[in-house]
Amino acid sequence: MERIPILKMGEFLLVTIQVDMHDRLALTLQDDLTTMIVKSRAHGVLIDISALEVVDSFIGRMLGNIASMSRVLDAATVVVGMQPAVAITLVELGLSLTGVRTALNVEKGMDLLRGSLAPANGHARHQN
Amino acid sequence: MKGTSSRLAQIIAKHEQDVLSQWIKEQTSAMTHRPDLLSEADLREQSRALLNGIRNAVQRGRLDDVAGAEWEPVRQILDDVSRNRARMGFSPSETATFVFSLKQPLFAQLRTEVGGDPDALADELWTISMLLDKLGLYTTEKFQKTREELILRQQQEMLELSTPVVELWDGILALPLIGTLDSARTQVVMENLLQKIVQTGAGIAIVDITGVPTVDTLVAQHLLKTVAAARLMGADCIISGIRPQIAQTIVHLGVDLGTVITKATLAGAFVVALQKTGSVISKPAGR
Repeated sequence: MERIPILKMGEFLLVTIQVDMHDRLALTLQDDLTTMIVKSRAHGVLIDISALEVVDSFIGRMLGNIASMSRVLDAATVVVGMQPAVAITLVELGLSLTGVRTALNVEKGMDLLRGSLAPANGHARHQN
Repeated sequence: MKGTSSRLAQIIAKHEQDVLSQWIKEQTSAMTHRPDLLSEADLREQSRALLNGIRNAVQRGRLDDVAGAEWEPVRQILDDVSRNRARMGFSPSETATFVFSLKQPLFAQLRTEVGGDPDALADELWTISMLLDKLGLYTTEKFQKTREELILRQQQEMLELSTPVVELWDGILALPLIGTLDSARTQVVMENLLQKIVQTGAGIAIVDITGVPTVDTLVAQHLLKTVAAARLMGADCIISGIRPQIAQTIVHLGVDLGTVITKATLAGAFVVALQKTGSVISKPAGR
């Protein structure tokens, strides 16, 4: 079955969506990502959607949901690389993903994640 | 209604040169003659082409159906004539008179040909009159259409002209909006801004609305959409250039600008943007 790979980079998880999302794929990703966050105790998730060119309301909502779920599991989440057309579509659909942090590209997203983790470094964390 | 039995074809064929020279004389002596816009040689050429076209069409087709296939060449000529005249600055009536002025010479010829038979003359007059009226109206319609195309193109150009995205500083974009924001313009503005964000990798965009005359709920909604779209791309937006009047309107309308940073002037927004990017501008010491 088709799956979107979830890569672990230090204390971050990296999800790059390189194919067109369909509904089943989005649901699988949601399952996989939440499981992976709990298993790897990641504190940051970066979702790269730069290759995503078509979104509908379902996928838009799923993106928002996935980001919110990661946050509930105490992992800072950044969505990066959104295409202009996708951004316009989401806004027109009324899905402005409030509460989800965004960045232009992976590099800036990583900076944002590191920045958001810096203050939290004070409390104990398992290093694995 | 007799569609085909008119003697028009006969008359034009027999007296083509006479009719043409009379017609041109008619046109050049009329009030609507514009030697400043159209030379007489061109006028002669246009008149000759049209008369020729009418003759051919009349020989083959019906007189009461100018939309038919036989009239295609005539329509083509009229298209060109009215399009050119619309661009040159002729008025609609000046353009239509080009066709209507053909009545006089044709009627004159008709009178000499069938003057003896009042009934036939009246019939023929009616047929030709109807035909020329239709052609004249067709010209006016085309004229109007050309003008509309012109207006549409100008609108398009204005749309492009009025939405520049300026790079103010490394990582700071400015979007000075001028004129009213409607849905179509918001779309263009949004696309331009997002495109520029991708190109420059800017993290902050300042939307300056100094040039927006009024802000109602719709305009505010469009602004918020633009801000939301930019945020999805990872860029923060600052709205600047809010005049006192506009601030009052926004509050009276109950528009919620939410978490968007707003500043009274572009300069104020620029300072905030510099702070956010961690840049500092300072005057050289000792001055």
